[in-house]
Amino acid sequence: MRNVIEVRNLHKAYGDTVAVEDVSLTVQEGEIFGILGPNGAGKTTTVECIEGLRTPGSGTISVLGLDPQRDRAELTQLLGVQLQDSQLPARLEVAEALSLYSAFYRNPADWRGLLEVLGLADKAKTKFAKLSGGQQQRLSIALALLGSPRVAVLDELTTGLDPQARRDTWDLIEGIRDRGVTVVLVTHFMEEAERLCDRVALIDSGRVVVVDTPANLADRAGDEQRIQFTPSVDFDDALLTSLPDVTNVTRRGDVVVVTGTGNALNAVTSVLARQQIVAKHLRVEQASLEDAFLKLTGRQH
Amino acid sequence: MSAFSVSTATGPAQSPAQGPAQGPARGSAQRSALWQLTLTEVKLLARERVRFILMIGIPVALIIILGSIPALKKPSPDFSGRPFIDYFTMIMVVFAIAMLSLTAVPLVLAGYRERGVLRRLRTTPIGPFRVLGAQLGAASGVVVVTTVLLLVIARIGFSVPFPSQVGGFILTVILAAAALLSLGLVIASVAPTARTAQGFGALLWYLMMFFAGLWIPIPEMPKVLQHISHATPLGAAVSAMANSAQGRFPTALELVTLAAWTAGLALAAGKLFRWE
Repeated sequence: MRNVIEVRNLHKAYGDTVAVEDVSLTVQEGEIFGILGPNGAGKTTTVECIEGLRTPGSGTISVLGLDPQRDRAELTQLLGVQLQDSQLPARLEVAEALSLYSAFYRNPADWRGLLEVLGLADKAKTKFAKLSGGQQQRLSIALALLGSPRVAVLDELTTGLDPQARRDTWDLIEGIRDRGVTVVLVTHFMEEAERLCDRVALIDSGRVVVVDTPANLADRAGDEQRIQFTPSVDFDDALLTSLPDVTNVTRRGDVVVVTGTGNALNAVTSVLARQQIVAKHLRVEQASLEDAFLKLTGRQH
Repeated sequence: MSAFSVSTATGPAQSPAQGPAQGPARGSAQRSALWQLTLTEVKLLARERVRFILMIGIPVALIIILGSIPALKKPSPDFSGRPFIDYFTMIMVVFAIAMLSLTAVPLVLAGYRERGVLRRLRTTPIGPFRVLGAQLGAASGVVVVTTVLLLVIARIGFSVPFPSQVGGFILTVILAAAALLSLGLVIASVAPTARTAQGFGALLWYLMMFFAGLWIPIPEMPKVLQHISHATPLGAAVSAMANSAQGRFPTALELVTLAAWTAGLALAAGKLFRWE
């Protein structure tokens, strides 16, 4: 796998405020790479240095072999950017924006095709200010992809979108990756990272805490599970607490909550079956990326 | 794929598949991008109907109203033996240039900065200077159209002759537009938001239009105010245009005053302008 982005020991401060302490990471060709972290962790500053919008205080960055500062003109042809909170002139129409922006690029994508793909075809004559948040976001993605980039950096892609629009956007990003574009996704939504990213860098207080797949990260949070159900017949807690994999049993009204590790779920369900107790409304929760996040950053998300 | 790779860069960084496009092809592509951006800015200016009507409609209306007063069409010694309406037409040209430069342009640019439009453009190959160039180009285009429109209306409606010293008139319009657009950029640079940019712009517009003689024509002002007027960009511009209208080349003092303002304000704009 070739590296398309290499960041080494990036450091950036604004006056006395250190935004990025020390960030190193590599993004491989064809993957969706997530940059995850709490607000103010330095995610946006990191990608803005990658995009060439900010000059690093120290450290080196290489994007497709280019220096984002020195080779800006060339980089802008190959790197598509979707900025956080970046709008268009209120009265600019969708088709006008796309046709204008495609004039900027050496090798523009077919913007009419992009409109179709992004479900904006019937909005071509609509002014930017009249689009919904989701439509503005999709237009923003279209503009990022207009130059047929090899790498797309998408910052806070789905913030402010309703759940349906968020899911549609996720499908879209997977589509982009399938077309061979490397995607860097900045997010603070765990669900988004879990669903989309091949690998995730967890950034906290300006440092990379860890880089791994979402699944591996979740595993690091431990294999604890929470089993929740309403028994058809009441029973004595000792029935479950005696099981080796069960660590705790508590009750909330009718609901029994069992925490345990390893094989706890199997053990619990087979004991219940033997006693002919039916576990109604059975729910099992496993450690998620969010748990890993909290554990690794040691703070509330 | 899932390899743990913080700081473990493996393999050589790949070089871009395509090198930069060569020579003239790329240059002309960039020129057409600049042209498209300029056209888009003109379109957007025209879509701001209220401002557009203020900018062109008010001068046209004032020319029509004042031009319909017979006394103002009679030759007057105050205006070198020309009727007041001839002189007033020049004030209206300056009116439109100032309205565009001091309110529309700062509002648009400060708004673009506030809404992240400039930042987005910075991530594309268009580059920041072409963005400014397109904005100034669009404004200049509107200045030319408005000026011609006002001169034609005054000529057809009220027999105000076209400026007979054409070169002097064009030079004055260029210098006045350059000075005022630079001032517009300064306003856009120092104003934190689009709203404050509009406020600063309107304030400066009133002040400068006073010295341009909108309320009291310069020749009828007390001596002290006349001197101050001639030192301001719009006062100098109105006097230079009035000279051109009467077939005289603008005086060196008028042109130097305009040029000095242009240079100073352009320098300040270059130093102060912020992209975000």
